Amino acid sequence: MTTEHTDTAEKSGYRYIGKDRKRVEDPRLLVGRGGYIADLKLPGMLHAAILRSPVSHAWIRSVDATEALKLPGVVAVLTGEDCKAKMNPCMNFGPATIAQYPLAVDKVRYVGEAVAAVVAESRYLAEDGVDLLEVDYEDLPPVTDPTAAMEPGSAVLHEEHDSNIGCERIFEFGDVNAAFAGADLVVEDTLRWGRSAGMPMETAGAVAQPGFNGVLEIYCNSLSFSYFSFLIAGALRVPSNKLTMKPVPAGGSFGSKLAAHKVPTLAGFLALRVGRPVSYVEDRIDHLGNSDHHGSDRFYEARMGFRADGTIVGLDIDVVDDYGAYMQFGVGHHGNAFSQVVGPYRFRDVRYRLRAVLTNKCQQGAYRGFGSEVHNWVLERLVDSGAARLGLAPEEIRRRNFIQPDEFPYTIPGGNVYDSGDYPAVLDKALSMIDLDGWRAEQKRLWAQEGRCVGIGLATTQERSVFSSTEFWFLVEKTVLPVTSSPESATVTIDPTGQFQLLLHCQSMWGNSPETVGATVLAEEFGIPPESVNVRYADSAHALPSTGPGGSRYTVMVAGAIRGASRKLRKKLIHIAAHTLEVAAEDLELVDARVQVSGAPETGLTLAELAGTAYFFALDLPEGMTSGLEESYTYDHPYTTLPAPDGSDFGVFYPIMGHACHIAVVEVDPDTGMLSFLDYVAVHDAGTIVNPRSLGGHVTGGATQGIGTTLYEELVYDEDGQFMSSDFRDYLIPTAGEVPAFRIGHVQTPSPFTEYGIKGGGEGGRMVAPAAVSAAVDDALREYGMRVRQLPVKPWDLVAAVQTGTDRQLQRRLPRRRDR
Amino acid sequence: MTTSTAAKYGTARRTVTMRVNERGVTREVSTRTTLADFLRDELDLVSVHLGCEHGECGCCTVLFDGHSVRSCLMLAVQGDGHAVETVESLSVNPAELHPIQESFAEEQGLQCGFCTPAMVLRTKEIIETGQELTDAEVRHEISGILCRCTGYQNIVNAVQSAGAKLRGEATADGARGGRS
Ligand code: FES
Ligand code: FES
Repeated sequence: MTTEHTDTAEKSGYRYIGKDRKRVEDPRLLVGRGGYIADLKLPGMLHAAILRSPVSHAWIRSVDATEALKLPGVVAVLTGEDCKAKMNPCMNFGPATIAQYPLAVDKVRYVGEAVAAVVAESRYLAEDGVDLLEVDYEDLPPVTDPTAAMEPGSAVLHEEHDSNIGCERIFEFGDVNAAFAGADLVVEDTLRWGRSAGMPMETAGAVAQPGFNGVLEIYCNSLSFSYFSFLIAGALRVPSNKLTMKPVPAGGSFGSKLAAHKVPTLAGFLALRVGRPVSYVEDRIDHLGNSDHHGSDRFYEARMGFRADGTIVGLDIDVVDDYGAYMQFGVGHHGNAFSQVVGPYRFRDVRYRLRAVLTNKCQQGAYRGFGSEVHNWVLERLVDSGAARLGLAPEEIRRRNFIQPDEFPYTIPGGNVYDSGDYPAVLDKALSMIDLDGWRAEQKRLWAQEGRCVGIGLATTQERSVFSSTEFWFLVEKTVLPVTSSPESATVTIDPTGQFQLLLHCQSMWGNSPETVGATVLAEEFGIPPESVNVRYADSAHALPSTGPGGSRYTVMVAGAIRGASRKLRKKLIHIAAHTLEVAAEDLELVDARVQVSGAPETGLTLAELAGTAYFFALDLPEGMTSGLEESYTYDHPYTTLPAPDGSDFGVFYPIMGHACHIAVVEVDPDTGMLSFLDYVAVHDAGTIVNPRSLGGHVTGGATQGIGTTLYEELVYDEDGQFMSSDFRDYLIPTAGEVPAFRIGHVQTPSPFTEYGIKGGGEGGRMVAPAAVSAAVDDALREYGMRVRQLPVKPWDLVAAVQTGTDRQLQRRLPRRRDR
Repeated sequence: MTTSTAAKYGTARRTVTMRVNERGVTREVSTRTTLADFLRDELDLVSVHLGCEHGECGCCTVLFDGHSVRSCLMLAVQGDGHAVETVESLSVNPAELHPIQESFAEEQGLQCGFCTPAMVLRTKEIIETGQELTDAEVRHEISGILCRCTGYQNIVNAVQSAGAKLRGEATADGARGGRS
């Protein structure tokens, strides 16, 4: 079976945008020349390896490097003491009292935290050096249960912060008590979302080189460095104009390289100390335990109120989030949840109690969804629970509660705005792609005749895109850095022969296909073949204001920036042509790489002719015009407002709102807990589609990760804080055998706020798959009273549910089981 | 350095000779150098990607006497007298892709490209058996290589399409050969 694409397309009138085409990134990747960080070699380059803490919580009494330093090839050993003496703490959007260095200072706070770095002539020798280090730890009580961590008597992770509560707030919009008092039905649940992570196949890495003129150059595969590099410079005590961050493609990120800032900070620190280029590339153990980008780890008590007709009246959430030992992004993960706190539904009364807790585990960072996927799962679990109690089909309860197409732009409780959408159309499209009634009949038949457990799960999600930076600070009472900008820039150059160069101002080379998007937009603006565009990336010394990918923003933002630069260039081309042809500019149009007279296309000039003039014939240019054809444009967030000063709302911070509906059909083997997919339909609305093929890639890749989160992946710590998932035998990511051939449908409701109406689509797959698959599992084992309350749901959980369910129903005659 | 340190840290060196991408190479290597590091660092064959270095992700897959192996789990000295192929053996020229590489581009069987050389080599090995496989069989055959980006179906499509192409079949929509 092949991946199916079906589209409910607007009549766009675009020539390149929206057309399926091959990616321009692929050829170099296919010949193995991706140019990843580990491929980079500089003359005289040294390698670093890290000694990681084997204990979860302890004072570091001493680090003895005597033996390591005797080893030929070992150049230096550096520790947290050196960091404390020679640098400032790392970038931090959390409370200022929780400081972090790339090597642990005084104390280790989780298994895997970096304690010392050995720099040597080769990675082999550096690892030998690590083996020879002796560390004296004085154990402290491990703090691993977030509830216990909040108790007054608990050991404290950060003495300066003096409690393990990183953030505690209650937000209420509307009148939740009144809403619940008036409800006909209230469903309550205890839900648990386990820790998982982006886990790209390529780990994070950096190569730092102390260059000439005192400039430190750092090559790294972090994605947002043009946004953060001044903070890295601050940590390294280097003037920001003496630090150049150099872009290197990333072999996958899914959030994990969004700001993998400790890796370049550490490489830079080591290079400055030894005065030579130093490469530090995480190995898989480094990455699993210390990537600094573990995903959400949440415990919920959640309630939802309904009227008898299925109308949702309110939501009451009490969430404890186990943030681990540090808080690099504050509680932005919950800001994301807030951007779509009511999902696609119309209810107005919401209470959200948040406690972000510090424990002896690796800190949280970004993972595809950035916390809103968790909220969506909770929301959809509650909606399904309500539907079951009220006897409504999953599609019916959703239909009754959807925000309607004519209600946009729609302001949700909390102040965020949804720009546009047609949720019934997405649902209808998904239902049209699958024979739901047929599957429901088949499900009954297979159970009755063969004892086979088939389940159908349907779930929807909002997919907020294009974050505004306010979301990193508005939830905390006192923020370190209340930034409001998150722009993106592009520079378009037409060279003297009429060929296009596109310069992007942040590193972004990964699955979101930035080069394909950029080339497609330029093709649309100038009528040139997309394949002819050359795309480059600026380093931080040349970069215009840019934020980088994250929060499904890159396609929208870069398209806006490129269109802005293109308009400036088009204007210039038309003026040159008007001057040359002695025609009024208003009578000219740019069509197919040519400026021509409207209505008389035989009179015109090609881009190459105009470019020649622009570069080499200054005396032929209009008076006052400068030579050359290069324009830049910085596109700012299309719609963002400040939070209310009294905290009564958060402002508009994530207004570009996509939507999706997934329907999963699964079979569960009740004896083994093995789950297989019988069908899977995924319909997404990401506004105007730039390239259905690359968007489809996002959907299938994201849904696969969502399935991983639901069934397989978990970063486990035991009660002593020992890390139990330090390789791919313990951290199971789906292989080709575990996932279905997704059937993909597209609906397009263009955004009124963005150029071309594009919305982001990077996260939707992972946002909704956990809810759809959980519902399908419940449905498959409904005879046994299954209810997924905890992710991942492992085979033994399914078997246990079957056994307890069966035990409870011993008196009930079960249908004959199929022979296995 | 004392002998025991040399033994512990493997400073012993040995000469190896192998055919790599149809070319004979002879090098002196440290006995503990992995085949993957040898290919990457000594021969600059950077298509060999290391995703885990303990045999679980398959990204470092190369063909060893025609069969896929995880080059992170082998030592360079084990390659002595053998033939190794990396993706560079298909084509190193982005403008002239081998039909298998071309199929991956046509089907978008890649996103970040990190698992891709391994998937391409595995495809070559699968196709060379001459057998036509169902999609489910292809999934089984590639399940030893983790891809975090694509969700796999497009890789399956690429394998099928490459197989059809190399068998000389062409179907209406390009060479897509998905069958279930
Ligand atoms: S790097 Fe060899 S299997 Fe992962
Ligand atoms: S394409 Fe990124 S890991 Fe496969």
